[in-house]
Amino acid sequence: MRVFVPRDAAARSVGADEVAERIVTATAGRDVEVVRNGSRGMLWLEPLVEVETTDGRVGYGPVVPEDVDGLIAGGMLDGLGASLGLVEELPWMRRQQRLTFARVGVIDPRSGDDHTEHQGNKGLRAALAMSPADVVEAVVASGLRGRGGAGFPTGIKWRTVLGAESDQKFVCCNADEGDSGTFADRMLIEGDPFTLIEGMTIAAYAVGATEGYVYLRSEYPDAVEALDAAIRTARESGWLGPDILGSGLDFDLHVRVGAGAYICGEETSMLESLEGKRGMVRAKPPIPALEGLFGRPTVVNNVLSLATIPTILANGAAAYAAYGTGRSLGTNVFQLGGNIARGGIVETAFGITLGELVNELGGGTATRRPVRAVQVGGPLGAYLPVEQFGLPMDYEAFAAAGAMVGHGGIVVFDETVDMAAMARFAFAFCAEESCGKCTPCRVGAVRGVETIDRIRRGEDRRQNLVLLDDLCDLMTDGSLCAMGGLTPLPVRSAVRHFGKDFGLYDAPQGT
Amino acid sequence: MTTEVIPPASVPAPGRAVRVRGIAAGLRGLRGALIPILHAVQEELGYVDQTDIAVIADVLNLAVAEVHGVVTFYRDFRREPAGRTTVRICQAEACRSVGAEELAAHVKRRTGAGFGETTYDRRLTVDEVFCLGNCALGPAVQVSGKLHGRVTPARLDALLGEAR
Repeated sequence: MRVFVPRDAAARSVGADEVAERIVTATAGRDVEVVRNGSRGMLWLEPLVEVETTDGRVGYGPVVPEDVDGLIAGGMLDGLGASLGLVEELPWMRRQQRLTFARVGVIDPRSGDDHTEHQGNKGLRAALAMSPADVVEAVVASGLRGRGGAGFPTGIKWRTVLGAESDQKFVCCNADEGDSGTFADRMLIEGDPFTLIEGMTIAAYAVGATEGYVYLRSEYPDAVEALDAAIRTARESGWLGPDILGSGLDFDLHVRVGAGAYICGEETSMLESLEGKRGMVRAKPPIPALEGLFGRPTVVNNVLSLATIPTILANGAAAYAAYGTGRSLGTNVFQLGGNIARGGIVETAFGITLGELVNELGGGTATRRPVRAVQVGGPLGAYLPVEQFGLPMDYEAFAAAGAMVGHGGIVVFDETVDMAAMARFAFAFCAEESCGKCTPCRVGAVRGVETIDRIRRGEDRRQNLVLLDDLCDLMTDGSLCAMGGLTPLPVRSAVRHFGKDFGLYDAPQGT
Repeated sequence: MTTEVIPPASVPAPGRAVRVRGIAAGLRGLRGALIPILHAVQEELGYVDQTDIAVIADVLNLAVAEVHGVVTFYRDFRREPAGRTTVRICQAEACRSVGAEELAAHVKRRTGAGFGETTYDRRLTVDEVFCLGNCALGPAVQVSGKLHGRVTPARLDALLGEAR
């Protein structure tokens, strides 16, 4: 029989390794196999131990090492005792539509056989039976938009690369998930790395690339190890290298580890870093689809975009596009973090409201105080008050409200948060992480910190707020990339919705 | 008359240049080899010494200034040895919402070391990091490369105690 204990870094951070060791020791001599799976994404239940029974997998959690002997004595190995019930039936799981994350937490991420048994490579086989142009058109038809934040249609990008003439093309996966509040890329790579490899292989076939790189941040050592192991297995299985699955396709994949620079999540900085240089932003045009890595046509996609490709090819573009709303089609992997009672991964169709995510799935704050603000879409995303919890998660609806869905990361703050301090942090972060190439970002962020400090001290408050507004305009219009261009978003939303924290006593809350 | 005492520059261990050249030569065939080489040097030798830069530049046929520029651009590359244990405390938004700043203040109070500093006994280096991808279980801390979640000041004291 099999017992599952996650190997995911978040689960390990709260003791999953110790729990697994304890189970191995306690069941020595019995027919028990401890499988280290990915996390189901219910991070408040980690370490979540699952036991395979004839009815399905029964969950126990959060389990601390000291609980293990008692749980086994209580019949855990037969699915009895103090269980959470069937994991698939838990309300958090039932509420979701898992396509990209279908296998995460279910399979053993180190096992190629497990991948195959769970529909692995079905998407790749379907793609190889089509012409490259038809694969590209299927991706266009699915409506998939880049999950890294910008939301550009993936298929359109691929069409450009396919149409470019070159002796060599590349596929680059941007796994520099540096935004606070995002961890879906990490969980996908740790929990189901073969799906990312499969998605990149399909991309290579569709555009005519022979070589791929995953730019993975150094802050994720567990993910680096998981992906390296999966690439080795994929090569041994004939899923990477020459003549993939006997189709004649040659494609190989390499991992490059970043070195602690947030800006390398910006696609052109990432390409510079992959080339072995400082991660300085490039001016566009030329776009990377035409002149990317080493000047060659390059597909640059986020982890989740590429990992969604296999399900689109396996089940058809129409099946994917049936989810979602407006021009935000399919599902998105929302990440609930910060001060939240039930934090973790929610994959569901676009259109679910912010309030449903934070209050119904997330259960409000961990401190049990009222929610005051949520930041959506990372450090460059807007801060929203609870009055806007009716907003549907939809690229256009968020843009209309002066915010952005970004990559779907949601960070919750309770009533104790000082929003002027958070606005200051937005500038301080930009100043620290700016690549330095353009003046509005490099200098503007420093001036922003100074201006907010003056506002917080009450010096010429009104004039300084006008100055702040002017500075935000300049950074938005004059910066070379999204780092400087979007830093005004958290700042302005904080002033607009939480004016009280900036000394604007007459400003009503949440308008 | 007062005399200023200038401490001698740290002298790299003998043979270091040979080893660095070996690492660089072994990886030079990779596309964009510089960053993988710097990671490998730091992994094996603990930090990137100023003298390593010229060696690496020579192997890759790059200007010394270009290698220097890369080493100083990226936060990961150390210019001097770290303490025996390195603790990195996440200071990004999600961890801030659950007390990351208090955790940093606590470590500073207990050890005297702020971000980017090493204690005088060279046991501990303290650093800040922006996001370890553990945003639902913050505050997050990495001790000698191992991730820990929901870290309270007391828990951090225990972790650092174990590390010593």
